[in-house]
Amino acid sequence: MIDESKLNLVCFRTLGNDEPWSLDTYLQVGGYSALKKILKDKTPAEEIIEEVKTSGLRGRGGAGFPTGLKWSFMPRTAPGQKYIVCNSDEGEPGTFKDRDILRYNPHQLIEGMIIAGYCIGASVGYNYIRGEFWQPYQRFEAALSEAREAGLLGADILSSGFDFDLFVHLGAGAYICGEETALLESIEGKKGQPRFKPPFPAGYGLYGKPTTINNTETLASVPVILEKGGKWFADLGKPNNGGTKLFSVSGHVNKPGNYEVPMGTPFKDLLELAGGMHHGRALKAVIPGGSSVPVLPGDVMMELDMDYDSIAGAGSMLGAGSVIIMDETTDMVDALERLSYFYHEESCGQCTPCREGTGWLYRVIHRINTGAGKKQDLELLTDMANKIQGRTICALGDAAAMPVASFLEQFGSEFEAKINNKAAV
Amino acid sequence: MTEMILSDSAIAQIEKELEKYPEDRKESAVMAALRIVQDEFRWLSKEIMQEIADLLEMPAIHVYEVATFYSMYEHKDVGRHKICVCTNISCLLCGSRAVLDHLKEKTGVGPGETTADGRITIKEVECLGACGGAPMMQVDKDYFENLTTESIDKILEGLD
Repeated sequence: MIDESKLNLVCFRTLGNDEPWSLDTYLQVGGYSALKKILKDKTPAEEIIEEVKTSGLRGRGGAGFPTGLKWSFMPRTAPGQKYIVCNSDEGEPGTFKDRDILRYNPHQLIEGMIIAGYCIGASVGYNYIRGEFWQPYQRFEAALSEAREAGLLGADILSSGFDFDLFVHLGAGAYICGEETALLESIEGKKGQPRFKPPFPAGYGLYGKPTTINNTETLASVPVILEKGGKWFADLGKPNNGGTKLFSVSGHVNKPGNYEVPMGTPFKDLLELAGGMHHGRALKAVIPGGSSVPVLPGDVMMELDMDYDSIAGAGSMLGAGSVIIMDETTDMVDALERLSYFYHEESCGQCTPCREGTGWLYRVIHRINTGAGKKQDLELLTDMANKIQGRTICALGDAAAMPVASFLEQFGSEFEAKINNKAAV
Repeated sequence: MTEMILSDSAIAQIEKELEKYPEDRKESAVMAALRIVQDEFRWLSKEIMQEIADLLEMPAIHVYEVATFYSMYEHKDVGRHKICVCTNISCLLCGSRAVLDHLKEKTGVGPGETTADGRITIKEVECLGACGGAPMMQVDKDYFENLTTESIDKILEGLD
């Protein structure tokens, strides 16, 4: 059982109030107090970055890179424009947490971005919101207006001498723009095709200027960390897996939704929080971190905790905390076909192994699923997945390959059955 | 067909978008410009993309590149209402096929098609980031979640 006092402590702390998205509500729960203190005391950026490091906060967009360390890479005192960019291009299948931060606690994200800007020496920030999120975008824009009117954004914030302004760049439908350098290209008004790294954005980012890109949940966690201390946040979770995390639970459960719980919460407790299995059916499989991470059998998941290390130990990844639940009735070939179509559709076309390979993966899985599979297809799929993985500029190629390898490894017999027993399809 | 030209309102909105970006980075407003124009005309003609290129002082081919890269831009006319049905993994698990079937039964059209009266276009789309409300769809700018045949009927009745 989950201790209820450990729910909704960070990004969801405004929930339960009237108009949780309003400035008034946010101020009531202690919002903007971290920023005000920093500006009043002129807290050195290094000190804040140290506190973020102490908190153990890791990138909540999926990569899990330590946030404080990322901020420390910025040449903060070097002359010239620098940028902080928030990645709200939430598009990983199974992920829907940033949408709720934008809808229900936009001010905490704004405060997090101002503080991040202060730490890295940026006077301008952009929040890249996916184009389909029209209502969350409106909510966020309204919060920006409130913050500007209250003197929390713009020139000389609260008479501190610190200038920072924040704008929304709205996407227009492209999963690949969740990749940080593709996102920068998109803000520059180009196709969202990832850049080759190095150079990394901290050296050459938006418009060629030093830039830090953080996920929505990451930035929205910062104000609470600074209010209550890095150690408080770290202690909520486990060593190397500090803090709380928003888990997006979807699929065959009774109460799908976002749950903010401490890192290291047992999966079985999260499943219980999400109302348990739909129709009382048995758990067959779980994709624990969004469609790009390896699938795990249900019985393996029941023994794991929801944190980076526990999930990694079982051969998958925590990713963005997007937990896709599949019950015993799930056709795994059908599920993989849909995922493979997704990567084929969303490949930006820049790297040949991904552009061509994702199409091949989809077509071969499609033929297996429709009763035209051949004996050698499983070997062919593994071979193709291996030839995509590690051979592309960005991680989309790996993301397309990893589900294939894991579905075949864990549920290969279903693929064999469809190949051998075409009549049953 | 009415000729597409940039309206005063569109130009004003695009100029407001330009304020977000450095003065020498007008291209950054191209995505917003395409959205603003599409909101007015429902789709993007080559002529209007040329006008956007002129306004933002960028090559027309770059506008066209962007307009064809992102999935929300339309290159031929669509219905008065656009229904985008997510069929990705969580929606698939929760019955998105039945959503498409029901829409087809009610409107007579499937993904990529528009009703003969020009009222509705249906699209099958990738994950819209609302998997907790699966199955779901977007109608114009609004999300509708936890769809049932009854709720779909109601949504359809509400469209002019």
